[in-house]
Amino acid sequence: MWSNVLYIDLDTGEHKVKDRADLFDKYLGGTGVATQLLLEECPPGTDPFSPKAPIIFSIGPLNTIFPCVSKTVSMFKSPMTGELGESHAGGRLSMAMRFAGYDSIVIKGRAEKPCYLSIHDDEVQIKDATSIWNVSSVEVIGKILREVEPGKGRRSIMRIGGAGVKMVRYANVNVDTYRHFGRLGLGAVFGSKNLKAIVISGTEDVEIPEIAPYSKMYNKLYDAVVDTEVMDKYHDLGTAANINVLNQLKGLPTRNLKQSGFENAENISGEYFADNLLLRKIACSNCPIGCIHIAMLKTTFQKGHEFEVNHISYDYELIYSLGTNLGINLAEDVLRLIDRCERYGLDIMSTGGVLAWATESYERDLITPTDTLGIALRFGDTNNYLKMIDKIVEMPNKFYQTLAKGTVAAAAEYGGEDFAVNLGGLEIAGYHTGPASIVGQMVGVRHSHLDNGGYSIDQKAASQQLTGEQMVDKLIYEDYWRMINNSLVACLFARGVYGEQTIIDALASVGIKKTRDELETLGREIFLAKYEFKKQQGFDVDKIKVPGRFYETISQLGMIKEETIREMLELYKKKTGI
Amino acid sequence: MSARIKVANPNRCIGCYSCMLACSRVNAKTASLIDSAIDIRTSGGIESGLEIIVCRSCIDPPCARACPTGALTPRNGGGVILDKDLCDSCMTCASACLPRAIHFDKAGMPVICTHCGVCARFCSHDVLELRKTEVL
Repeated sequence: MWSNVLYIDLDTGEHKVKDRADLFDKYLGGTGVATQLLLEECPPGTDPFSPKAPIIFSIGPLNTIFPCVSKTVSMFKSPMTGELGESHAGGRLSMAMRFAGYDSIVIKGRAEKPCYLSIHDDEVQIKDATSIWNVSSVEVIGKILREVEPGKGRRSIMRIGGAGVKMVRYANVNVDTYRHFGRLGLGAVFGSKNLKAIVISGTEDVEIPEIAPYSKMYNKLYDAVVDTEVMDKYHDLGTAANINVLNQLKGLPTRNLKQSGFENAENISGEYFADNLLLRKIACSNCPIGCIHIAMLKTTFQKGHEFEVNHISYDYELIYSLGTNLGINLAEDVLRLIDRCERYGLDIMSTGGVLAWATESYERDLITPTDTLGIALRFGDTNNYLKMIDKIVEMPNKFYQTLAKGTVAAAAEYGGEDFAVNLGGLEIAGYHTGPASIVGQMVGVRHSHLDNGGYSIDQKAASQQLTGEQMVDKLIYEDYWRMINNSLVACLFARGVYGEQTIIDALASVGIKKTRDELETLGREIFLAKYEFKKQQGFDVDKIKVPGRFYETISQLGMIKEETIREMLELYKKKTGI
Repeated sequence: MSARIKVANPNRCIGCYSCMLACSRVNAKTASLIDSAIDIRTSGGIESGLEIIVCRSCIDPPCARACPTGALTPRNGGGVILDKDLCDSCMTCASACLPRAIHFDKAGMPVICTHCGVCARFCSHDVLELRKTEVL
């Protein structure tokens, strides 16, 4: 029904549209289809920065037509991990793709000169981006393209900043100013293709087979999202509410995970941000929640009431990564650090992890002022961290070139592997909740806390006394079912609304009949297809080293034993067959 | 015909487009932005606020006055009624509307607000309200 794939070749400048009903009928859309496209387009051993490496975007059958089904998935080979790169972004992209008539986009090749893609309905053009290639700020790129491109008012603009152009391995792709394809280095892959931005808009309709059942289902879902308590957390304080909660529970990584609680957490809590700095909230397309929290940072730059004002989006992970994990005591300082990373298009979770490792390495004299070019690294020193962020993008010497490759690469060069806080090559999310979080991020297909919500399983274990095996079973359940949520490309914040039966009913209301068993089997199949790709690219879960730091710092569930992790991992492998 | 849509609290808009999708779903039986009589758009990107464009329910509607074929006629209580059979897609009505509340669908027909209120029903931030109007 909806199965158009737009293929763009930056080498030849050509594009074509293919009907891939073969994929969409079987795998729904989103991550299910993108995985198959990745298997088709990215053979084993492809260098992530090779012109042959594809960039894939995909949406699903319910995007835009149901509340909170508002995300787009991107797949690529990750320069951070060397295997599956999968990232999800909100904003207006899924709506723009849907109304432009493209369910997936596959980009290959490398443009001879800097370029950007201009996609408006059937009009697909590769345009010269030479004059904006070295514009470092993603905000400025957005402003420039808005002036010259059509689709005003409801288009989506993806772009990379200085970090992507310089191919910092954890560069992200900014989507519509406040959202991102983060974590696994899509921005660097854009940079490797000389691709600065993609502008997309559309004016197509989505025809609904039968309007009555669809409308009924829409109303039910809208009311569940707006009028029940399921989504309260996200539209009140937002995910930043976690700062105080995890701090009290001893699950909040602090100072490079030397601690799991922060003595000044109150000062940078979600409550503090909301009461003192929150300017407004905005939404992704067709999401009535509006969880995107925008803070206003007002800075005096001269006498005479001269102020610089910045609007900066914040979330829990950002406050953890550039706040507690760097020992930053003031919310305004956290915003300054977020703003600096945002401008360059750096993934913030990884940048915070890199800076935290570097600070501890500096404390232990593994790196010296000669390496840092005179910048002294101390937990809590915002000004020096700002200088470091600039240097990571500038890469003036070998040390900063190494930092631009991530924590694992830096530790391999300078030492400190035991406190290079990563799982599977990726700096961790802000949870030191227990073994399910650790195992979940190791085995998760994109090494994300969102693959299976291990942190949440740890929290359940705290009250329900779960055994290791029970935790593994819950991880696997989430791993499979989230493949379905992610194939619809629904926002995972709304997973409390989009449970098994709701997904079945919503699909049925637009003519897609699936049983519970069929969906669960499909979830497992998509999961295994991703593992097939990962293994093709050399991934081996047994080779993941868990840094000693995880076992030295108390977690929400007490001290974590290496033996527990090993046992849970073995059980997971046995039960999933990976 | 005794109510009209009012932009009651424009600064509360979060840009979710739920109102537009509701309008097209209910009135045009599609999921669409172009079939919606209400128009939400950013001006200068998501960081610069939102424009909320609705039919202002004029008592003496200039769009109807401008219409050369009589396809648009004033509606009791404000706004206009469209007779599609009389419309020849000349777009003169759109030019006559300063708030730009009239645009055209893929078939070339003007999308005219009937002030049914479904957009307000699906506005989670009370930006839009359906208000009763005096019928002459």
